[in-house]
Amino acid sequence: MPANPELEAECIRRVIAGERQLFHELIRPCERSIYLLLLSLLKNEAEAEDAAQETAIKVYLNLHLYRGEAQFRTWVLSIARNEALGRLRKQEIRREESLDAGTDDQTGDYTPAILTSWREVPSDALEQKELGALLRRAIEGLPETYRNIVVLRDIEEMDIRETAAVLGISEGSVKVRLHRARAMLQRELAPRLKAFAPKRKGLLWGRA
Amino acid sequence: MRIDCKHVWQHISAYIEGDVDAALRAEIDRHLETCEICSAVLDCTRNVVILMADDRVFEVPSGFSQRLHDRIDMELRQAGP
Repeated sequence: MPANPELEAECIRRVIAGERQLFHELIRPCERSIYLLLLSLLKNEAEAEDAAQETAIKVYLNLHLYRGEAQFRTWVLSIARNEALGRLRKQEIRREESLDAGTDDQTGDYTPAILTSWREVPSDALEQKELGALLRRAIEGLPETYRNIVVLRDIEEMDIRETAAVLGISEGSVKVRLHRARAMLQRELAPRLKAFAPKRKGLLWGRA
Repeated sequence: MRIDCKHVWQHISAYIEGDVDAALRAEIDRHLETCEICSAVLDCTRNVVILMADDRVFEVPSGFSQRLHDRIDMELRQAGP
């Protein structure tokens, strides 16, 4: 949930003015997004948690530099992303995964998985741990450029503009990559999700 | 202009976002009325998008928030903004 910008600005002023404990409330709405973005970039839970703590400290120490031009969460996530990129550079494990934006010009030609017997998998099915694991595996299997977009736009439900601002790319690139990522996920998941759809037989799910 | 399946697939993400203009939306809607394949692809893609947004798919590790705020507390005691 995006915080009320005015309350947020007031909170930032008060932290800088010396009410340090208020920083806890300021960062709390962002912490899940920070962690998931870092996990997506670093692919390691312990390291993502450590980087999340570093990010929070950096946000606190640099709070006086926040100018309110971007949403607070956008600014925080840019700091998280920089933290992750710094760590990856140090480890020299950053794969050069064609980060060039040139390929974003084409819409791409992804043939979806075609299953006309498709029936919806309701969110309640997530009570089955296997479904969550299936989705996580599919998302984690995406190339990094697409995975980041999915985490910000589809998992943390940021808008296109905020997603573009965090990643430092154009809104057009976000849309193109989002399209490709969703197409890849559809192709990967369609044949497997069916197992989690409610069974046809029985009155409960029968058609009227 | 009549659009084909491939054309519909290219716009599926934008269609879900509500980011296609009225004319294209009408074309896609007309195509979907008669094309079972594209309807299924759209439903499945939309279903994936809805499921991913559920907080149960990705959870922060247990105790994550507590440890984060403990660390912040340590910092708050040491430094000023």
